[in-house]
Amino acid sequence: MGRTSDIAKRGMYAASLLFALGLLAACSPQQSALHPAGEAAEELANLFWFMTAGGAIIWCLLMGAAIYAVVGKKRPRSERFADRFVFFGGVVFPTVGLAILLVFGLALLPNWREGDAADLQVHVVAEQFWWRLGYETDDGAIVAAANEVHLPVGATVEFALDTTDVIHSFWIPSLGGKMDAIPGRTNRLRLTPTKAGVYRGVCAEFCGPSHALMAFPVVVHEQAEFDAWFEVQQKPAIAANAEAFVSAGCGACHVVRGISEAGSVGPDLTHFASRRTIGAGTLELTQANLEVWLIAPSHIKPGVRMPSFATIEEAERDAIVAFLMELK
Amino acid sequence: MTDQATEEKQLARAWARPKGLASFSDVNNSVIGVWYITAAFVFMIFGGVLALIMRTQLAVPDNNLISAETYNQMFTLHGTVMMFLFAVPIFEAVAILILPAMLGARDLPFPRLSAFGFWCFAIGGVFVCGSIFFNAAPDAGWFMYPPLSTEQSGIGADVWLLGLSFIEVASIAAAVELIVGVLKCRAPGMHINLTPAYGWYVLVVGAMILFAFPPLIAGDFLFEMERAFNWPFFDVTRGGDPLLWQHLFWIFGHPEVYIIFLPSIALLAMIIPTFSQRPIAGYSWIVLSAIGTGFLSFGLWVHHMFTTGLPSISLGFFSAASEAVAIPTGIQLFVFIATVMLGNVVRTVPMLYCLGALATFIVGGLTGVMLAIAPFDFQAHDTYFVVAHLHYTLIGGMLFPVLAGIQYYYPFATGKVLSRAYGIWSFWLTFIGFNVTFLPMHLTGLLGMPRRVFTYGAERGWDLLNLVSTVGAFIFAAGFLLFVWDCVRPKGKQPNVKRNVWNAGTLEWAGRVPADDWGLRSIPLINSRYPLWDDPKLLRTIDSGKGLLADAKEGRRETLVTSVLDAEPVQVLRVGTPTWLPMLAAIGLGGTFIFPVWKLWWPTLGSGLFFLGVVLYWLWTGTAEIPEKQTKDVGNGRRVPLYVAGPRSTGWWAMFITMTGDLTAFLAVLFGYFFFWTVHPAFPPRGIEGPGWQWPLVAGGFIILTWGATLGARLANAAGRVALARGLLAAGLLGAVLSGLALMAGPWTTGLDPTEHSYPAIVWGLVVWIVLHLAAGMVMQAYALARSIFGKLTPRHDADLWNVTLYWHFTGFCALLTALVIGGFPLLQ
Repeated sequence: MGRTSDIAKRGMYAASLLFALGLLAACSPQQSALHPAGEAAEELANLFWFMTAGGAIIWCLLMGAAIYAVVGKKRPRSERFADRFVFFGGVVFPTVGLAILLVFGLALLPNWREGDAADLQVHVVAEQFWWRLGYETDDGAIVAAANEVHLPVGATVEFALDTTDVIHSFWIPSLGGKMDAIPGRTNRLRLTPTKAGVYRGVCAEFCGPSHALMAFPVVVHEQAEFDAWFEVQQKPAIAANAEAFVSAGCGACHVVRGISEAGSVGPDLTHFASRRTIGAGTLELTQANLEVWLIAPSHIKPGVRMPSFATIEEAERDAIVAFLMELK
Repeated sequence: MTDQATEEKQLARAWARPKGLASFSDVNNSVIGVWYITAAFVFMIFGGVLALIMRTQLAVPDNNLISAETYNQMFTLHGTVMMFLFAVPIFEAVAILILPAMLGARDLPFPRLSAFGFWCFAIGGVFVCGSIFFNAAPDAGWFMYPPLSTEQSGIGADVWLLGLSFIEVASIAAAVELIVGVLKCRAPGMHINLTPAYGWYVLVVGAMILFAFPPLIAGDFLFEMERAFNWPFFDVTRGGDPLLWQHLFWIFGHPEVYIIFLPSIALLAMIIPTFSQRPIAGYSWIVLSAIGTGFLSFGLWVHHMFTTGLPSISLGFFSAASEAVAIPTGIQLFVFIATVMLGNVVRTVPMLYCLGALATFIVGGLTGVMLAIAPFDFQAHDTYFVVAHLHYTLIGGMLFPVLAGIQYYYPFATGKVLSRAYGIWSFWLTFIGFNVTFLPMHLTGLLGMPRRVFTYGAERGWDLLNLVSTVGAFIFAAGFLLFVWDCVRPKGKQPNVKRNVWNAGTLEWAGRVPADDWGLRSIPLINSRYPLWDDPKLLRTIDSGKGLLADAKEGRRETLVTSVLDAEPVQVLRVGTPTWLPMLAAIGLGGTFIFPVWKLWWPTLGSGLFFLGVVLYWLWTGTAEIPEKQTKDVGNGRRVPLYVAGPRSTGWWAMFITMTGDLTAFLAVLFGYFFFWTVHPAFPPRGIEGPGWQWPLVAGGFIILTWGATLGARLANAAGRVALARGLLAAGLLGAVLSGLALMAGPWTTGLDPTEHSYPAIVWGLVVWIVLHLAAGMVMQAYALARSIFGKLTPRHDADLWNVTLYWHFTGFCALLTALVIGGFPLLQ
């Protein structure tokens, strides 16, 4: 068993190799806590690297001591040594170390109070398996949207999180931590993006069959660009040829402001074609994908409430697709 | 010499194992322990296969090997099986096997209870696991958060709730057994402070089970009432709150992590001194930190709920508490390292596993320290980072120590040793495979991969990391299979090992090889923590029959009961012999829990009555038996009573411990009442009238009557006034009936509808809980009365009455508290 002495070396070697491999693999940092683009995420990524470095050192010291205890030639023999070893190693060191960590770590707890104004207020209602969004305008009106979050860079945004069915959790790793949406209460989460770009958020609490497919693009704009986007979102739809959409009954569930205002079950589609994805981050928005989605939504997304439109005439379906693709 | 031979023959006859088909009626701890360990490992392999299928599904992005539906059932079952059917039971299984020998007892105090626990575990486990083959497994996660789980159609959630409640009964039964074992069945002279470290851990963990499992049972009770009868405890539209379940679940769930971890550390605390050839360096350190860890583990549960929107002050408090538990945990590791440092190390396979456990567990501990910082948890919570963390703690803190323990205790159980070559190979395969699987997951999680996803997109950039994890999982599995093969392969030609093969210092190695079912030839007097090292004449004393209880003249299975602190012999306990009753009782109780899944109420009732009948017969024929003589000569001129009652007896302690757990469950239900009070602006809510104060007052009066009458019956009986005692028992029975009726009359007369709102639901929940306990109490009153009438309970032999009185101390208290709360609390509003 001379091999025992190799445990530490091998472990460390394997650890560093895997870590390097993993970082290489991380070529797509849209949804990564380690590629921060928000204030909280930056602080937490730093905290992570700091704690990881500290942890690695402690691991090496402890395993070094353990391996030395097994193979070392010169050994202490006194009980007093054991007592001191346990006292300083097991009591003093962790107490001091953990106290310091707590002071620095808990300083990162959110420190705003109810009533502190945020720059932008976004209402989020998590539903199986998509996100109903409402942006508050300066005069308090709510602009409905769904499944794609747009934010201005540098602004502190407050998300008010609700749910109509089960527990979900709203998480944009690149911007900061997550917060649960729990029936019967409204949780609040504040994020401040620091870099413009396209990121991705997901549901982090298991919520049923398509939990894995409940995501959303997050677009962080420069302020002017955001204002322009927001102005468009406040307008009703401008598209002709809504007949197929209306006659197929899509309006029973979906609102397209200016055309069909009754439905409230599914996502608001007023500016559907301005979004990047279909099915809450499930498919890229293309004409072909939209057709597939209409034919077999529950095949793509198990448990989705949207019915299949496989039985209607192909021409009618094409017309619906064409109409939707115009809803910029 | 002939005396010696006769005595040995008597022992062999009394402890003979049943043969053939009847061997399934065995109750001896060395048999039940092996069954229990085997069953736990079978379930573990099942859970492992589920994990491999899931890892295969996740090996590549956008995979469709299994559907979302199947995946969700699999991860739910994987967690459930590993926690409830492996991690906790393996502790009880190993303890049942080794504890009596370690303490110098011939068996545990209630062998039939161990057998009952085993059969509950086996039946419940097969039921829960089997559900997946009918596509009916629970699929809302092992944490079962409502409303996802309450609103789920199908029977999956019921399988989970009822199946696991049933298994929890087994866990609690074993905990009671083991606690009494450590407190009351130590060899004479083994003062509490000479108890092997393992015994201390069993005590701590047993106590933790008693305080941790009941809140879950209470939660299950509320949950099943919601699913079966639409009582809205967790439904926000009717005043319920899903967070109540999260609190109850994690008040159980976090201590449970330590319930799993501590007994495995206890194995290290036995193995490491042996292979260091010296006593553990810091016995007091390790005992105190085990107690400290157990205590602190109850104050951390909220760290599973950091992202539910609690105020920062709570987050800070629970962060600090979660960090604090790292200190006693760390001390235990430092004690191990110090022991090895001071000792003369023998490099064996179990030691290799110990080092592997240390290397793995420290990683898990350090990531735990990271996660306990609430803001960091906001990022890492519910991601693969947590998956990595929990597997490092469980595999480093439980699986590797258990494998070390199996390597170490294999000769104890079988007389053979495991192969060194296989051991080294399986260690490196499992150790490397494990790290290849789980180390990358830290990164996968922080790169944004949430837990419990059945697939992920190729564009996320997680494919390589996941593929590596999958490859590692198969290496891990290969190593584990090699280990299992080493354990089960035929070893016919291998000679038996020599006695005390590892040259250990503790009493479990004093037995002969192959081991005798009755344990030691005679029970020696113990005066050190490592008697085999410290007393060179020990084995001769044992073998020559010069210790205590060297014979079985009456042909009965006997073990010594000693006092809690000083281990002075107080009784020769005649323990249960092989019988089918435990299995039959488990089948009956199984039916009572399993039939409600399909709402088959008549078979449920039938099973319940069958269970009750079996248990009464079991108690009537097998417990508190009046012996043929008052005392028995146990050798060395000592005469020890054969019958004791009250706090000196094992039965009284078992009742006390069981009722402590029961009280905890009741307090958890009561916590529900006050939890609802805190979440509602008005409680009782406007428009709903409470149960009034009059009927609860009447109920309380009758409960005091019952309580007092039963206590009076015990005193009267002890004073020889048997007729008065019987009259008081009958009066108590009547009082229990009336108090139950009065308690129900309150909410009944004011028309409280439990399906309307959480307030009437929790009032009825408390009432139902108490009425069920009153009903059990009525059975006990009637039983004690019958025992008295049939001469099995006399003024001198009154153990039954002591236990029934003790039952009423607890139940009377709970019932009074209930009457006070439901009747009195609305008056304060």
